[in-house]
Amino acid sequence: MKLNAAEQAMLDGDQGIAKQKAMELLLKYGEALGAERLVDTNNVVGTVGTATPFVRDYAAKASGFDAVFSEFNLDSPEVIETPKFSAYTCQVIHGVDTEHWQIQGIAKEVAELQTRGEEYFGKRGINMLATCTPYQVGNVPVLGEHCAWMESSAVVYCNAVLGARTNTEGRESTGAAGITGKIPYWGYHLTENRRGTHLVNIECAVDDMMDWGLLGYHLGEVVQDDVPVLSGITSHPNQIKLKHFGAAAASSGGVEMFHIPGVTPEAQSLEAALGGGTRIETLKYGEAERRRAYEALNSTARDREVDFVMLGCPHSSIEQIWLASRLLEGRRVHENTQLWIFTPRSIKSIADRNGYTKIIADAGAVLMSDTCPAIGRVMPKGTRVVATDSAKQAHYLPAIMGVQMWFGSLADCVDGAVNGRWGGELR
Amino acid sequence: MSAIVLHGRKVVGGRAEGEALVTRETISGWGGINPRDGTIIELRHELRGQSFKDRILVFPGAKGSSAWSHYFHMARLAGAAPLALLFNRMSTKVALGAVVTHAPAMTDFDRDPLQLIASGDWVIVDADRGIVEIIKK
Repeated sequence: MKLNAAEQAMLDGDQGIAKQKAMELLLKYGEALGAERLVDTNNVVGTVGTATPFVRDYAAKASGFDAVFSEFNLDSPEVIETPKFSAYTCQVIHGVDTEHWQIQGIAKEVAELQTRGEEYFGKRGINMLATCTPYQVGNVPVLGEHCAWMESSAVVYCNAVLGARTNTEGRESTGAAGITGKIPYWGYHLTENRRGTHLVNIECAVDDMMDWGLLGYHLGEVVQDDVPVLSGITSHPNQIKLKHFGAAAASSGGVEMFHIPGVTPEAQSLEAALGGGTRIETLKYGEAERRRAYEALNSTARDREVDFVMLGCPHSSIEQIWLASRLLEGRRVHENTQLWIFTPRSIKSIADRNGYTKIIADAGAVLMSDTCPAIGRVMPKGTRVVATDSAKQAHYLPAIMGVQMWFGSLADCVDGAVNGRWGGELR
Repeated sequence: MSAIVLHGRKVVGGRAEGEALVTRETISGWGGINPRDGTIIELRHELRGQSFKDRILVFPGAKGSSAWSHYFHMARLAGAAPLALLFNRMSTKVALGAVVTHAPAMTDFDRDPLQLIASGDWVIVDADRGIVEIIKK
């Protein structure tokens, strides 16, 4: 790796121990990748969360937030005071909703630790968006902007839908990037790696959010971390559908970039999306593939009595909250079932203002923020059977929490919550 | 019996030897492993229930969540990390994960380690010299 003079000065410790440790880590990381240099970034999405059980135990033993930051964000067992961040840095989704911890069954001291952590890191410049969807609440990088983002569903959205440039970064690399404003120039930062590798001929209708989730789930499993180009889409997707498509493809596989000619910014045409690549593999997606994805997502489900319905993975937009509240208005969630909907806190404030939060509450459901069942390991007590409209949550939650999981449409989920019974099917 | 020798590129330096744990399926960090004991927990994974603790982990590459490195980092702190990582497909997840695992790691092999190494084989990794020796069980 070649460092410029400013980077070398940081490595030599001219700007303090924290930047030195960060630069040492970036150097090791860049060399591991085989990168030749670093690139400047002023848009970082990472985490300094202390409230997950493992990190919480570490914080208790190692005493304090600086110890957590040093170990988990800089890979430094030596405790270093957390400096003010140099780059614009936003907190991704984390483990505790400090407004709804009681309903979620979180211990008081854990919620208090979370609040103290937010105060400590907040004033050092980590902006508490606290969501897996920073692009829904104001962090919308522009075409070509070099970013260093965590959260696989946000990374694929950032690259494919916004045309900004990021790899899937981790907790340590975003810690180092936030305080140095640097990240290895590798992978999706380079134009030649952003071109399509697989041409996917779509041979069935891909219309609602569930369809887009199924398509993403299938493609992730097939292309792993390659770059699919979708051809034959008959309806123009919106933000919600692209969000769900990318989140699903980044769960069953590791998709960080895709193209849809005429929809995504680096695919003005099919030719532009493929970029003159000569070894393009062609795939098809039809009813058989769609059914296979649906069956895989429902493979853990047996009992139709649903204990818990979860919406908002990735976090809901205000449009999704409006859609859910329309389906819930005048109805009541079944006495044996809980319905929780997750959204960034700043979107929740709009829902409060619009009266959606009240409609949801009057139906016996709860609008929450900051976390989700898979990240925070929060579910209603005794939950055995869960339903969701998210392929991503359906992929992860059974592995993490050992529950049965139903996957279906938003309407299937709301009906499931109201009836206490799952009636969804592939239509 | 003579050893099979593979050549590759150092990702993280160091030397380790031990029994191999091999999978042809990519591995998730968050939602894919339990960092407290190194067990694979992903539901439909062929290694589900098996632990990479104190084994040489041989796998195609990483997939899934951005917390890949964080989960391998926690596994190291819990004493449940693999002894070494050998993989084919480079990504930011696996590169950062290897760095914070503090274990020798290699990629870009002259022959496919997934073809040549089976679970239970004894493997000697010398990442600084770019050499992997395999003694079949």
